[in-house]
Amino acid sequence: MSEVLSNNNNSIHDDADNVKPPIASVGIIGWIRHNLFNGPINSIITLAILYILWKVVPPFVNWAFIESMWTSSGAECQQADGACWSVIYANFRFIIFGFFPHDQQWRPLVAMILLVTLLLCSQNRNNWKKSLAYAWIIGLVIMGLLMKGGVLGLPPIESSQWSGLPLTMLLSVFGMVAAYPLGIVLALGRRSTMPAIKSLCVIYIELIRGVPLISLLFMSSVMFPLFLPEGLTINKILRAQIAIILFTAAYVAEVVRGGLQAIPKGQYEAAEAIGLNYYMKMRLIILPQALKVVIPPTVGVLISAFKDTSLVVIIALYDLLKTTQSTISNPKWMGFSAEAYIFIALIYFVCCYAMSSYSRRLERELDK
Amino acid sequence: MSENKEIQQKKADPEDTPIIRILGMHKWYGEFHVLRNIDLNVRRQERIVICGPSGSGKSTLIRCINRLEEHQKGQIIVGDIELTNNLKNIEKIREEVGMVFQHFNLFPHLTILENLSLGPIWVKKVPKAEAVDTAMYYLEKVHIAEQAKKYPGQLSGGQQQRVAIARSLCMKPQVMLFDEPTSALDPEMVKEVLDVMISLATEGMTMIVVTHEMGFAKSVAHRVLFMDYGKIVEENEPDEFFNNPQHERTKLFLSQILH
Repeated sequence: MSEVLSNNNNSIHDDADNVKPPIASVGIIGWIRHNLFNGPINSIITLAILYILWKVVPPFVNWAFIESMWTSSGAECQQADGACWSVIYANFRFIIFGFFPHDQQWRPLVAMILLVTLLLCSQNRNNWKKSLAYAWIIGLVIMGLLMKGGVLGLPPIESSQWSGLPLTMLLSVFGMVAAYPLGIVLALGRRSTMPAIKSLCVIYIELIRGVPLISLLFMSSVMFPLFLPEGLTINKILRAQIAIILFTAAYVAEVVRGGLQAIPKGQYEAAEAIGLNYYMKMRLIILPQALKVVIPPTVGVLISAFKDTSLVVIIALYDLLKTTQSTISNPKWMGFSAEAYIFIALIYFVCCYAMSSYSRRLERELDK
Repeated sequence: MSENKEIQQKKADPEDTPIIRILGMHKWYGEFHVLRNIDLNVRRQERIVICGPSGSGKSTLIRCINRLEEHQKGQIIVGDIELTNNLKNIEKIREEVGMVFQHFNLFPHLTILENLSLGPIWVKKVPKAEAVDTAMYYLEKVHIAEQAKKYPGQLSGGQQQRVAIARSLCMKPQVMLFDEPTSALDPEMVKEVLDVMISLATEGMTMIVVTHEMGFAKSVAHRVLFMDYGKIVEENEPDEFFNNPQHERTKLFLSQILH
């Protein structure tokens, strides 16, 4: 008996070293079994989804890529079964630059490239030095001059002709950049112990949040000029820009307030106990922690602000969405709205995805 | 113990004007009377331990001294400055009065070194290099210099509390307030923090300590205060206080905490 046992032990020992896991539990097959066919319900769902994909994907690929037209005229498109990407090819410059004079469209292009370059440089926190601030100031002046013209032999361009993607970028970048600090100030104000400041901030935030952005834009374009003295007009884009900033700031303020409340009281007390005044306490101790906590919701607010800039169509500003709509209302290109909307959806998606992936990277960096 | 005897002998100078004077001070939270008619003088280099049951107002009392809490009646004078709503005076007093909290309250987003040098750089406008030197000096003193580049979250509780003490010391305060500095620590870390406090005492720092560490009170304090219901019920030298308490309430309290 003992001999058998010891034999057994030996053989178990020998086998255990060489035993491979069952084929069905590792590798691709294991993964599929574990994730897709894990029980009857999951198996049914997997099969159903496979069926739907089978029904949807091949026809879409067929429509979008195989039978599609890329550089044809509108009339040829009408004959074809597939997608008519020609609508974008043929109207590309109008969709992107709108009414900006055709031979001058390199100017908003250079301005946008400059802006994107500056944004990309600002992503890296190692670059956050004085020189970057100067680069932004110089860059903004150059962008302004490029858009406006009137110097260095550039013909002046009325701001009513600014449209398309440059306008969308202008409204959203400046909207976000100005709304963020304003929102922080409002949040601090709302938590202030000074009753006048506190109630002012509460009233502001609640009033603005209680009103849709559309109505603010209407007010800025229709009502606001009524209050101005005769002869004085404020640029329509600037008015929309201010409306967007004021609106976004109220939302940023509430998000930041959440962050301020998440910081334990001990941090405030420790900062006070070493003699920091209010400004230093907030700037050095509280805000760095609070703003980090609220990066995800802040980016949420900023992304929706970016998309909300498309509402300026209702006060007849020609942003990216509006130039696209005008294109597809042209009789020559009637009926190809899906293609055009897919195209600008892609542009919006790229921008929003860039923002959200940047925020994730920033969070990771700050977590170190 | 002989070392502790030495501490005892280094008495405060009674002729000196008190560094902290509290006169007929009251504090209410709304309707609730937390501190009732507190009178307390603290001389330079004096070490006072405050004990008492929870809710007796001992923490509130020392938090009034650097205006983390506001008192409503009476006077608190630190050095020659009276605590009023004057913000400048409050900031001046906070420079002179260091505080160590139960929960350390280090700044988690800054390194240990930055935690220490921040106050001197921003409040005292000390040049950065000098502030870093001072910070390293005090980190050596609390035996933790090798952790300077780490973040508070990477340190043990005892280490964090020692950093917190060093952070206060960097401001070169006249008085140190300790608000239950060892209550949030694991038992085996209490000693390392008490050792730092004892060495601070030997150097003649004026200290007011709220604590339940009766051993510390016996060996280090010049005076022990017992508080209950917002009043200072009894105060005496440690020997008298522990061996011959006068009030029934004190006797009861001591019988419950000294096993």
